[in-house]
Amino acid sequence: MGELVKVGMADMNCTKSPGVLTTLGLGSCVGICLYDTSTKISGMVHIMLPSSLQIKNNSNTAKFADTGIVKLLEEMQKLGANRSKIVSKIAGGAQMFNFTDASDIMRIGARNVAATKEMLNSLNIPILAEDTGGSYGRTIELYAETGILLIKTIGFGTKQI
Amino acid sequence: MSLTLDNLNSMQIDVFKEIGNIGAGNAATALSKMIAKRIDMDVPKVNILEFKDVAELVGGPEAAVVGIYFKVTGDISGSIMYIMEKKSAKFLTSLLMSREMENDALDEMEISALQEVGNILAGSYLSSLSSLTGLTLVVSVPSLAVDMAGAILSVPVILFGQVGDKVMLIETDFIEGSEHVKGNFFLVPDEDSFEILLKSLGVI
Repeated sequence: MGELVKVGMADMNCTKSPGVLTTLGLGSCVGICLYDTSTKISGMVHIMLPSSLQIKNNSNTAKFADTGIVKLLEEMQKLGANRSKIVSKIAGGAQMFNFTDASDIMRIGARNVAATKEMLNSLNIPILAEDTGGSYGRTIELYAETGILLIKTIGFGTKQI
Repeated sequence: MSLTLDNLNSMQIDVFKEIGNIGAGNAATALSKMIAKRIDMDVPKVNILEFKDVAELVGGPEAAVVGIYFKVTGDISGSIMYIMEKKSAKFLTSLLMSREMENDALDEMEISALQEVGNILAGSYLSSLSSLTGLTLVVSVPSLAVDMAGAILSVPVILFGQVGDKVMLIETDFIEGSEHVKGNFFLVPDEDSFEILLKSLGVI
């Protein structure tokens, strides 16, 4: 296994094979993994909110689904990624607390996932797999060598997508 | 420029510290009555942190923690959350239910007991906030989750994230005998409520 590169909340990073990108304890946030199948350059962004347009303070591009994906694509292309070969996998977007009168903010996980998919579709990036929703946290690891995304949970097992 | 956590002055932070202090004092008294044992506390610390540093306070993003979440309505709206390490939660339940800790798992009775503790804590903080500000505050029933710290913390962090890049939390430490129950208390006013809150506290 290559070097383990951490991605924090509202943060992004890229690596080349055999590097591994990881983000720990995803809750309502979404971990968006981009992978260039030709060069094996991979990138991960840990977004917190659906759109930069609804928020006044939007200087951190990695915080939002819309700007995060665009910026991550740029960074990967700087490393030499081939734009037309980039595919994606996504995980996270859970609803951690349950309330009967689920307000917008409580459904933020689902909204993050919807915004992520919309953005990926509009950029013509295929979504190969996803592990989203539910009510539990996830730790994810993206292996640049294979493009496999490993998902670990507390009490809901481990899986690969 | 709108007022956010990113540009609070030291006097404003001190006010939150005082709210934390009074709230924790009330909570310790209430807990102590409930279990009929002496509960001490350390002076609460108020921290204003960057998102990425928050999870380190509770043992890292993958540590198992208990989060108890409430919604606040009334003159201001927002959320409050109390988060503690799972072993502290387990210890608290063993005190409340006068039974030995057998393992790490939390059963239904223990979860219900923790919700009650959450109620006491949230009520204590809110009544200190309410009496200092003169605002009417109503707290919802609690919702409880046991999971990775990062995942639980994503909830208050996202709420704070809508207005800035920092979070504010009040670190509390309750002591019974030689055991410490360390927890972190998040008070997240909605965007417009933050200013109302500071105004009624007389610091803007």
